[in-house]
Amino acid sequence: MGDGMSVLLRTVKAISLMFVSTELFAAAQMDLTPGVTAISQEVYELHTLILWICVIIGAGVFGMIFISMFKHRKSKGAVAANFHDNMTVEVLWTVIPFLILIGMAIPAAKTLIRMETPADDAEVTIKITGYQWKWNYDYMHEGFDFFSNLAKSSRDVIYAENNKDREGINYLLDVDNRMVLPAGKKVRFLMTSNDVIHSWWIPAFAVKKDAIPGYINEAWTIVPEPGVYRGQCAELCGKDHGFMPIVVEVKSAEDYAAWVSEKKGAAMTAAAGDNKVWTKDELMAKGEQVYAQCASCHMADGSGIPAAGFPALKGSAIATGPVAAHLDMVINGSKVNPAMAAFGYMSDSDLAAVITYERNAFGNNTGDAVQPADVKAARQ
Amino acid sequence: MSEDHHDHKPTGIGRWLFSTNHKDIGTMYLWFSFLMLFIGGGMAMIIRAELYQPGMQLIEPDFFNQMTTLHGLIMVFGVIMPAFVGFANWLVPMMIGAPDMALPRMNNMSFWILPFAFGTLISTLFMEGSAPNFGWTFYAPLSTTYGPASTDYFIFGVHLMGISSIMGSINVIVTILNMRAPGMTLMKMPIFVWTWLITAFLLIAVMPVLAGVVTMMLTDRNFGTSFFEASGGGDPVMFQHVFWFFGHPEVYIMILPSFGIISQIIPTFSRKKLFGYSSMVYATSSIAILSFIVWAHHMYTVGMPLAGELFFMLATMLIAVPTGVKVFNWTATMWRGSLTFETPMMFAIAFIILFTIGGFSGLMMSITPVDFQYHDTYFIVAHFHYVLVTGALFAIFAGAYYWLPKWTGNMYDETLGKIHFWISLVSVNVLFFPMHFLGLAGMPRRIPDYALQFTDFNQMASIGAFVFGGIQLLFLYIVIKCIRGGEKATDRVWEGAEGLEFEQLPSPAPFHSFTEAPEVK
Amino acid sequence: MSDQNQQKDANRKVVKKLLLATVFMFGFGYALVPLYDIFCDITGLNGRTSDKAAEVKPVDIDMNRWITVEFTGSLNDNMPWKFKPAVSKMKVRPGEPSRVNYIAKNVSSNSIVGNAVPSVSPGQAAKYFTKTECFCFTQQELKSGEEKEMPVVFIVDKNIPKRINTVTLSYTFFNSPAATKEKSKVSMANK
Repeated sequence: MGDGMSVLLRTVKAISLMFVSTELFAAAQMDLTPGVTAISQEVYELHTLILWICVIIGAGVFGMIFISMFKHRKSKGAVAANFHDNMTVEVLWTVIPFLILIGMAIPAAKTLIRMETPADDAEVTIKITGYQWKWNYDYMHEGFDFFSNLAKSSRDVIYAENNKDREGINYLLDVDNRMVLPAGKKVRFLMTSNDVIHSWWIPAFAVKKDAIPGYINEAWTIVPEPGVYRGQCAELCGKDHGFMPIVVEVKSAEDYAAWVSEKKGAAMTAAAGDNKVWTKDELMAKGEQVYAQCASCHMADGSGIPAAGFPALKGSAIATGPVAAHLDMVINGSKVNPAMAAFGYMSDSDLAAVITYERNAFGNNTGDAVQPADVKAARQ
Repeated sequence: MSEDHHDHKPTGIGRWLFSTNHKDIGTMYLWFSFLMLFIGGGMAMIIRAELYQPGMQLIEPDFFNQMTTLHGLIMVFGVIMPAFVGFANWLVPMMIGAPDMALPRMNNMSFWILPFAFGTLISTLFMEGSAPNFGWTFYAPLSTTYGPASTDYFIFGVHLMGISSIMGSINVIVTILNMRAPGMTLMKMPIFVWTWLITAFLLIAVMPVLAGVVTMMLTDRNFGTSFFEASGGGDPVMFQHVFWFFGHPEVYIMILPSFGIISQIIPTFSRKKLFGYSSMVYATSSIAILSFIVWAHHMYTVGMPLAGELFFMLATMLIAVPTGVKVFNWTATMWRGSLTFETPMMFAIAFIILFTIGGFSGLMMSITPVDFQYHDTYFIVAHFHYVLVTGALFAIFAGAYYWLPKWTGNMYDETLGKIHFWISLVSVNVLFFPMHFLGLAGMPRRIPDYALQFTDFNQMASIGAFVFGGIQLLFLYIVIKCIRGGEKATDRVWEGAEGLEFEQLPSPAPFHSFTEAPEVK
Repeated sequence: MSDQNQQKDANRKVVKKLLLATVFMFGFGYALVPLYDIFCDITGLNGRTSDKAAEVKPVDIDMNRWITVEFTGSLNDNMPWKFKPAVSKMKVRPGEPSRVNYIAKNVSSNSIVGNAVPSVSPGQAAKYFTKTECFCFTQQELKSGEEKEMPVVFIVDKNIPKRINTVTLSYTFFNSPAATKEKSKVSMANK
């Protein structure tokens, strides 16, 4: 109750201050971001131009209305005039707005043409695939790809009661694996989707493009300076539409090259990982990371959302029963519940790790350690 | 008045169930819309309560999506459209001097389909699994391959609504074309009748397309076709094209009758003829025609070729011209009038200003490169609530206050009306204005939880929502009080009122009016 | 009361016309489907290439231009395969037939039928992109653990606009619609 009152007071104060001071909202952004690319600057300038045209026209029209309301009121003895049309005025207020519109359309068309020019000379091509509810970034010509999920720090506090728990972690705007781009180079994005339509959006680049299953779209950007830029999925894609952020880290060309070779190395190691025998601790550690992809439905603590058709893993028949059935479920998907997709596309070691994790976390304690070789065998 | 002698009303429940009287059917439409306003509004309260602070507190994300979906569908098809049909039923025959609608039995049917349509839609909430959770625009494949089992009931409900709207509009068109009193030429008709005539044609043109698109969904889901399924040779983007081919004219279906209502009210309280009657008619027609060639501005981000994006941008910008003409005409009508500020006038003036603000944000969104930033953010949510709540809904309030005395014979309580107006005006702006800021700052729409920097404006919006939602209970009280009694209204009701319903009929308007055609000057 | 009868006749006429218009518009909704396809073919709206093999025309190669063609493969939901092009890009001369292999492997324990949906970006390039041979023309079945090379032979038309110098060819493998439908039906029965 006290909390409600204080918010009410704060709101009243906020409204009254809105017109005289922006101090209160210094922290909260109120206008479109100018962004960090040449294109996003142009977009911002267009936005500002049109906003001011609207404000000026609005001030004129609303001014006339207010003058009428105060000067031409009956209580002040105003007597109604008798005019009800005027050709000249009517032609003027058709033609002048038309001319203003043309004035707006020209710069808009120019910017649009620049944005839609194919990025033939791009130095990096990244295929972005939307999944319910995560992104996959495929560095097509470098030979590696990875998933980008909502960061565990955010997922863990979605249901937290105290708002303080959400501070300092870029709540809902942080991921486990960032997309990394080289500064100053032209980058080409190809968008597609694994399931429903998603939309990949970074406001600071003014890039927003739909990811459509079966089709590819493209967009491009050049980010001049290193930095970290955040965005979110912009097309309703189901339950966790609000929980699939996008984070792009722009690095200097040298740092980017180093990052690429590290990623390539990691891809090699991962491939090698499929052929080695892991200790249970190694499997559990890796499994916890991979489990981020499962947590949006089965929840971080394995309790699921049974009411919405997402079963608990904690103490479940699959996660504590025979390993073969568990492997079949994860590799091939559920035969009865379409929400449980087939995760066979993941590597042997990732699958081994996550299954091991599910069988031992949340108090399941089966003691099983599923090896990549077991996964390989189960695929046959 | 000779009608009074045989002014027999049927009694009991049968009066309503089997009614073929345009006034009774109009009343039922209006009450139905009012009931739906509270149901759809209740869903909005749930949405705003969850968005009051970051984190998930009250509901699950999937239920949040069900709420946004049903809120949208109910407000569009269950509140705004039936309310306008209610106005048309009550007013079109009286305004053109006809005894009733041309097809009274069809009129009865088109109303009684609605409770079944919305019963079906709302029943999905109580089904096992999820209610429709894919947004009121139900994009494929989220609504087809990935839709919950209840989607088939949703499709059935949409079919029923479509049939009801089509029957309603056929009735309006036949009435207006064939039932006008001698001397009531088309260019003498009140603007409200004109806007409804154009709206009815729009409905006949696009409701069948909506029926088509949901039928395609139905066969995709259950009978193995692949209209929207890429693996079978279809294209999910085509869904959006066909949907918005319906959807954009639909937007005007929800706003043109409010233009009509405002064009009746402003001259009355300005005591001055409507400025530019014929340009109003032409502007309305051009808006209707343009509405068929702008649909893809709802989907700039799907990846259209440059030529397409340029075409839809220019066509969309063009709509600003006739819309501007309307706003200028209303302003010129008030100019040098003799203004008084009864509740209908207050709502009408608020409509002009706030609808224009919604129009401005619409103009900003027509600019393709900038729309890439606005698309699917709260800026869009702010825009369409300005045009539909402070636009269409405010026009409905204005119209209700304006004609209630004619319908009931009693004046509404002016003081309470003013209180309703002022609290609505302030709270609706506290509710929707901050959404512009949220959208520009990058908050996507249709998310149940948000990053911390969006907290302040979301709290503001939620508080505005609770006040705005709550104050509508006062409106309910005002309407009931007015029906039950109050100061008797004169036949003219308003000093400056013109039109057959005010000049040639008593207040309340008798059960059967104009059984003899009136004389039109 | 002949007046009233006249009125009714007049009403009936208008109702008939309006009902006809309604039926027409319902049909028009369906007509939008082929219209959309035609429109896409002309403008390359959705970047879809033809699903039939093109006839091999006499070779007419433009030796003055290089076109970079990028290849990518995606999998839709419920498709536990691995699917990748053997090379990620190649340079071709407009008019010259080129061959590229995709490699698909079924990593599930069931036999799966899939069909590949082609898409070309930028969309306008689609109509300049013809295929004489493609695994996407028919459904493909892979047994559990089976790996297969899937070839595509394509020609980039030499009339491709000057401003397009890079074309991306993408295939997305979908689990065959019949199988997918079967699964969603079971789920409905279950719910």
